[in-house]
Amino acid sequence: MTTRPAPTTKLDHSPVSPASGEPRKAVALISGGLDSMLAARVMLDQNIHVEGINFYTGFCVEGHTHAIRRQAQAKPKRNNALWTAEQLGIKLHIIEVIEEYKEVVINPKHGYGANLNPCLDCKGFMVRKAREWMERNGFDFIITGEVLGQRPMSQRRDTMPVVARESGAFDRLLRPLCAKLLPETLPERAGWVDRSKLLDFNGRSRKPQMALAKQYGFTDYAQPAGGCCFLTNEQYSRKLADLWAARGTKQYEFDDIMLLKVGRHLRPRPHFKLIVGRDEGENNFLNGYRKNFMHLYATSHEGPLVLIEGTVTETDLELAARLTARFGRGRDAASVTLTVTDTEGHSRVLHVAPLAASDVPAEWYL
Amino acid sequence: MSHFVLDARNLLCPMPVIRTQNRVAELGPGDVLEVRATDPGTLQDIPAWCRIHGHEMLSVTKNEGEITLTLRVRAA
Repeated sequence: MTTRPAPTTKLDHSPVSPASGEPRKAVALISGGLDSMLAARVMLDQNIHVEGINFYTGFCVEGHTHAIRRQAQAKPKRNNALWTAEQLGIKLHIIEVIEEYKEVVINPKHGYGANLNPCLDCKGFMVRKAREWMERNGFDFIITGEVLGQRPMSQRRDTMPVVARESGAFDRLLRPLCAKLLPETLPERAGWVDRSKLLDFNGRSRKPQMALAKQYGFTDYAQPAGGCCFLTNEQYSRKLADLWAARGTKQYEFDDIMLLKVGRHLRPRPHFKLIVGRDEGENNFLNGYRKNFMHLYATSHEGPLVLIEGTVTETDLELAARLTARFGRGRDAASVTLTVTDTEGHSRVLHVAPLAASDVPAEWYL
Repeated sequence: MSHFVLDARNLLCPMPVIRTQNRVAELGPGDVLEVRATDPGTLQDIPAWCRIHGHEMLSVTKNEGEITLTLRVRAA
């Protein structure tokens, strides 16, 4: 449990850190989106030394994940947080938090949003990690790109103090884009930053941010719908909920959540599901996992690599083979030949009739 | 000055960048780190990370899906 630090008897108004004699330092949460970029830029304008921090939870929406799919591979591949830091001319520290983050996803104290997005717990977690980093590295305060009223869960007037409190950051957490609408923080009271030059952005409109971006000359910035997290995605959340239901426990490993990002997922029976590559890029990606799964592919026609998650009977395997044939070029053939390989590497050949589209119920698709 | 090798093959970005960042933190000024990777995203991301942090990118080569990025750690 985090406790509020004892109040200092005298506010330190020095624009430089007494310990180092250097300018005051802020660590900025950089998601790779526009808001955190603007927040950092506003602080740089006030001669604050800013360094970025970015957390990799495993659920991050990365251009590279999309680039697994073949049709997306012509697009430039970049990490948006790195790109943002380079535009700003600041250092960026990327911190992997995959294991620690599980508790946030599995047991969110404040519950989920519209999907399996634990936004309030997530923000509290990230600000707490930033606070710990700040303390280890001799920084003075934390900034985020939060905007009052922009997100229904974590960016409300009543929940923003929760993040400050539960993270242990308290008044060392400054939100430059909406600071004028919030109580003064330590950096403002102490005069490290000029409150009058902070902003009063409010609500879901993106127009003020876009206008400020234009003013700073920022173009080509990332604006992913639903933020930068797969957990805000309805379909992704459905697949994660299915995974938990099928296993009878709310646990996951890193490979589980990676595989939920890739392929077409079908659960024809409660005890097994299929992950079907949708193109060459996804087939290549799934191929990296083939040794961990019983898997199938057609040899008589082009088609997907299909991983089977679960334990299957011979009848199940025939159904899986007919579905695999359904998603390949042999879908209209009388018979498709496939190879099935188990997790010990033993392969055998199957000949099946592809399943008709009308025989694939919509509820099998996750 | 020493030469080190980091195996980041079969990792998807940003993991190769994170592994590079963490390995460089253990090295000294002037040390050379050779990063072996397979994710094409490293072609953009590791040079970008080096530019941001002031490390020198010595070479980038690609051979049948395997990427080798060699960097020199910045002077203190």
